[in-house]
Amino acid sequence: MREIQAADVVEAVATMCMKANTELPQDVRNKFEQAMAEETSPSAKEVLRQLLENADLSQETKLPLCQDCGLAVFYVEVGDDCKVVGGNLRELINEGVRKGYDVGFLRKSACDPFSRANTGDGTPAIVHFDMVPGDKLKISYMAKGGGAENMSRVTMLAPAQGWEGIKKFVLNRVAEAGPNPCPPTILGIGIGGTFEHAAKIAKKSLLRKLDDTHPDPAVAAMEKELEDAINDMGIGPMGLGGKTTVLGVKMTVEPCHLASLPLAVNVQCHSQRHEEVVL
Amino acid sequence: MAEFKLNTPLTDADMEQLHAGDVVFLTGTIHSARDAAHKKLFELLDAGKELPFELEGSAIYYVGPSPAPPGRPIGSAGPTTSYRMDTYAPRLHALGMKASIGKGKRSDEVKAAMQDHKGVYFGATGGAGALLSNSIVESEVIAFEELGPEAIRAMTVKDFPLLVINDCHGGELYVKPKLDTEE
Repeated sequence: MREIQAADVVEAVATMCMKANTELPQDVRNKFEQAMAEETSPSAKEVLRQLLENADLSQETKLPLCQDCGLAVFYVEVGDDCKVVGGNLRELINEGVRKGYDVGFLRKSACDPFSRANTGDGTPAIVHFDMVPGDKLKISYMAKGGGAENMSRVTMLAPAQGWEGIKKFVLNRVAEAGPNPCPPTILGIGIGGTFEHAAKIAKKSLLRKLDDTHPDPAVAAMEKELEDAINDMGIGPMGLGGKTTVLGVKMTVEPCHLASLPLAVNVQCHSQRHEEVVL
Repeated sequence: MAEFKLNTPLTDADMEQLHAGDVVFLTGTIHSARDAAHKKLFELLDAGKELPFELEGSAIYYVGPSPAPPGRPIGSAGPTTSYRMDTYAPRLHALGMKASIGKGKRSDEVKAAMQDHKGVYFGATGGAGALLSNSIVESEVIAFEELGPEAIRAMTVKDFPLLVINDCHGGELYVKPKLDTEE
């Protein structure tokens, strides 16, 4: 049984929080540049120009890309043949969040749902654990901002609604959200499982790179179909019109109950702040 | 689409010349307030108490900045989504607020209030928090410090870049999405 030290987990989490919030991922930057070249509307170009300048400034000054440094969400894969010594893994992740958000001058946005009193340290993090073969610990972090998250939805379709029903729901959701979630957005779509599982895999899909291709050609084709249909709606960067409404659509499809067709649409803002580490 | 340089406090005349799509560089004092701060402002109004800042001619920025690192007046400071403040904005316009600054759509009630009271809704680029913070030269918490990121701040801005989304003549900049009717 391989042992992983508690302090290494805390340090890795703190570092990921700070890095993800100040460094725009290269795949997102590439998409911004590609969109700049393709957009003809001056306001769309200006928004994209500002976002690229913002990313440069953030990298240089270490100011977060966005003031909303999100709720800290983690997807953790724990190898069967490793164990963390010196602390409880969930608590160590929270400790890393406290440290990263404090040292990095990141905004702490966790609060009580009724009193709205801020918890003061960015915790509790939302942590999803998975047991996997091997002796490694993989921790993926995502800063999930409230504006985009609020535009997300879960629905339970009837099996007969099929792909047409899924498409219609997604397109209507994006149209209804309009300029609110800071387009160009990235959509994580979960199809299958149960009510809560669809939401979990929808969000996990956002960990994929924008320029990857889904290994199943049928799913890859559906992602492309949705992406094109959304970009044809003309919402554009910040809702000011244009060709770039989504930077990518990432789907995860899993088996479901024969009576069900669960669908979750998780909306992510353009900054797409995420990092992963393997210990 | 025209460009304007405006100073706070804003006047009816300032607002009347603006149309959706115009670019405005705003200079002067603006105030941050978002969800929880608005709720507290309304509690003060309902109790007949004085507000922590003058509403007449004011511009409220829907922002919850990240903490200021050493050597900077403020951290990242981009707009938050405005619809959450839609229940509050009409009354504030009626009491003299001239402009709100945020991102995303406004309700019909807010749009009507802007027409009735010569108000404007400005958009700032969402997610450009680091860049927008460069236009904020000073920032001081003036009320509700316990709200942390949601506290009310008096912020001195210089040439803060804004886009007129809704004007006081009923104009709106946001495009309506083209949706195929597939049914």
